[in-house]
Amino acid sequence: MNWLTDFVRPKIKKTAPIEIADNLWLKCPDCGQMLFSKELKKSMYVCTRCGHHLRLFIDKRLKMLFDNGEYSEIALPHLKEDPLKFKDSKKYTDRLKSYRKSTGSEDAVRVAKGEIGGITTIVAAIDFAFMGGSMGMAVGEGIVKAAEICLKGNYPLVTVAASGGARMQEGILSLMQMARTTAAINQLKEKGIPFVSVLTDPTTGGVSASFAMLGDVNIAEKGCLIGFAGPRVIEQTIREKLPEGFQRAEYLREHGMVDIVVTRQEMKDALVRVLSILTHVKPRINTLALENK
Amino acid sequence: MSSNNNSLVLDFEKTIVEVEAKIEGLKKLAEEEDVDISGEVSRLQEKLQKQLRLAYANLSPWQKAQVARHPDRPQCLDYIHALIEDFVPLAGDRAFADDPTMIAGIGRFKGISVVVLGQEKGHDLESRIKYNFGMAKPEGYRKAQRMMSLADKFNLPVLCFVDTDGAYPGVDAEARGQAEAIASSIEKCLKIKTPIISTIIGMGGSGGAIAIAAADRILMLENSIYSVISPEACSSILWRSTDKVKEAAEALRLTAQDLKHFGVIDEIIPEPLGGAHRDPQGTIEKVGDVIFKHLKELLPVNTEELKKSRTAKFLEMGRHLPEN
Ligand SMILES: [Zn+2]
Repeated sequence: MNWLTDFVRPKIKKTAPIEIADNLWLKCPDCGQMLFSKELKKSMYVCTRCGHHLRLFIDKRLKMLFDNGEYSEIALPHLKEDPLKFKDSKKYTDRLKSYRKSTGSEDAVRVAKGEIGGITTIVAAIDFAFMGGSMGMAVGEGIVKAAEICLKGNYPLVTVAASGGARMQEGILSLMQMARTTAAINQLKEKGIPFVSVLTDPTTGGVSASFAMLGDVNIAEKGCLIGFAGPRVIEQTIREKLPEGFQRAEYLREHGMVDIVVTRQEMKDALVRVLSILTHVKPRINTLALENK
Repeated sequence: MSSNNNSLVLDFEKTIVEVEAKIEGLKKLAEEEDVDISGEVSRLQEKLQKQLRLAYANLSPWQKAQVARHPDRPQCLDYIHALIEDFVPLAGDRAFADDPTMIAGIGRFKGISVVVLGQEKGHDLESRIKYNFGMAKPEGYRKAQRMMSLADKFNLPVLCFVDTDGAYPGVDAEARGQAEAIASSIEKCLKIKTPIISTIIGMGGSGGAIAIAAADRILMLENSIYSVISPEACSSILWRSTDKVKEAAEALRLTAQDLKHFGVIDEIIPEPLGGAHRDPQGTIEKVGDVIFKHLKELLPVNTEELKKSRTAKFLEMGRHLPEN
């Protein structure tokens, strides 16, 4: 039953990225500016007027992190689907089907292998577009498998969180992913393998309260929401007025919960620096200077 | 703590409580008037047992959630008072504050030195306010980590009594890093080289519960519940309505029996007929016995092996689910 003994060499696959068309107008959720999709793609989906970071497509995210945008994706083992036979207004299996169709992903996690600044790295990224990036068995398995590959190959691990929390439709099994992913991360830590947690918009609930907060280094993307309870839950249950900038990346840094807050343009450089220093490898590309704003 | 006249009556317990009141009334009458009513009392007691069996044989998940939250149900401190000798309460996270919700300390359990952790909810309004309704703050989870380090250092098994609706969702808790505190508490549970046994004695409320329940053995009282989200919150999020709590409780599969089925917990501890709140002392003794049984199994295990198998247990969890 040891998870290392039944290790199967992962299949490598490539998927066609899903992206929006070039000729669309999108409204900045922050300042309301109408933005042309072609321009947004150039700016890495950062509002050209106010600098707001829009949520990024998972394929864009992966491309952005790896050298030359090149990576191979690792196929994840299939687990028993819908273990609870969950149904609210809709069957969980039907929800899964429609998200698979709209995102082209099996579930809310993608695991990829590639080079970051010449350093072979495993990235496990959560796709917010798939059921709000909620963590059930499949997402947990993605993190566990990613850590397993890192352990075998001595590769650093980078997780990219974008999740509202646990996947309710998988009940207690979704809660257990907090312990599962933490157990997986623990193994890397004990072997001295670097684990960098990248937090993006949003990182809350069961994901923030497990692996995403446990990075050797936590890097947050500018302005992203990070917290345990969502702001609406806090407002409703406690009836407290939320302070300005509450639960934003900068607030978390001020309160000592993340190490550095970077813009999307700086993210890759920050990763290269951190990974190269922790692995004692000179990076193959030059990085820009970083300052904690 | 005993079922008195002011205690909460659950919907499905109404007829039971009526018979209980009748018996009490008759006993009082017998004392005052010095008449023999033993025949009537035993007839009523038989009726009571029958009704208890009837009601408790088929509790729905929502009814179990209500039993799990019954204010007379024994709580963490009740277990500590009854099961732990020479208990020394220990306070503080050494960083910010002491969280009264997270009960922590050292003592002897059946002669063995242990660390004890758990959330206290309080039995009445005053104590509920004192214990913040069982919702711990980051300093509570950091106190728990401190206790687990102490356990690791002095080779003390850790006994956790889990009873919380969830971790506290407030501005101050967020400011001090509730997410990090829970994450690190889970990490600590998995790291220590000493046995850790967690018992869900009432409510196993999501992240606030698993923070002290990533254990070698997870035990659950028969009518406790353990869930990723409360039926109330689930109803309002997924059904966009506050009156689908029964459906939500059903769908979430949050009973001890469900969790045993999924291989998430190791053992269900039976409750006395009519629930733990009808016989707190009997419940506590039974819980103590089952914890002791598991502790005796874990104590001889090599410490490295213990930690390894705890890690493996969680990594494997859910990978091989039984067919329904
Ligand atoms: Zn804008």
